[in-house]
Amino acid sequence: SKHVLTEDIVHREVTADHKLLSRRLLTKTNRMPRWAERFFPANVARSVYILEDSIVDPKNRTMTTFTWNINHVRLMVVEERCVYQVNPENSNWTEVKREAWVSSSLFGVSRAVQEFGLARFKSNVTKSTKGFEYVLARMQGEAPSKTLVETAKEATEKAKETALAATEKAKDLASKAATKKKQYV
Amino acid sequence: MNSVGEACTDLKREYDQCFNRWFAEKFLKGESGGDPCGQLFKRYQLCVQKAIKEKDIPIEGLEFMGASKGKTEDSS
Repeated sequence: SKHVLTEDIVHREVTADHKLLSRRLLTKTNRMPRWAERFFPANVARSVYILEDSIVDPKNRTMTTFTWNINHVRLMVVEERCVYQVNPENSNWTEVKREAWVSSSLFGVSRAVQEFGLARFKSNVTKSTKGFEYVLARMQGEAPSKTLVETAKEATEKAKETALAATEKAKDLASKAATKKKQYV
Repeated sequence: MNSVGEACTDLKREYDQCFNRWFAEKFLKGESGGDPCGQLFKRYQLCVQKAIKEKDIPIEGLEFMGASKGKTEDSS
């Protein structure tokens, strides 16, 4: 395939029970859609390094492979496991079971951005509500319990607290980005 | 297919030829005679592992077969 640039064996051994273990290093071109190139310019120029581990078991006539990328990992990790064996209904056939996992730490970042936006909105609402109450009280002929300046100060203090709490939470979420959200296929 | 180390491609091809012959004619047929390609493999590895270090490719410390993926045990 044109997108596979290099292939190397980096480990190989035959086990005591006659299985062949291998590790292959592959490099492939990194083909991203244009919109992704704009968002992740640092990733564009670099090819993708992929490892493929495999176990060939000729006695049981099975082969298992596990393949995953070892760079661009902050963007996305794709893992794939394939098990090849003789089809139980037709011994002339090989069947393959394929599983894949796609994960990205970027999910953590989007949650942090959401939390921050929400917290900032809440603090703005607090400020504007206080201002609103003040003006209403004036209009309805009540002496407002505090001056406008005091009300504004209070609101800002409250807003600062909320923002601080939100920033802490956002930081926590972003650093938990190592706990990736995974999709199982 | 080329090697990641440009200088290693010939060594790789030599090893591959030896391995493919042994794999098809001996290994798959269950013959447990030793692998005759040891020397070729050593020469090839010397070259390619050096290239991997030079290019800073992070292949160290990674568990074989991922090891942490929830999976059924291979039958033996």
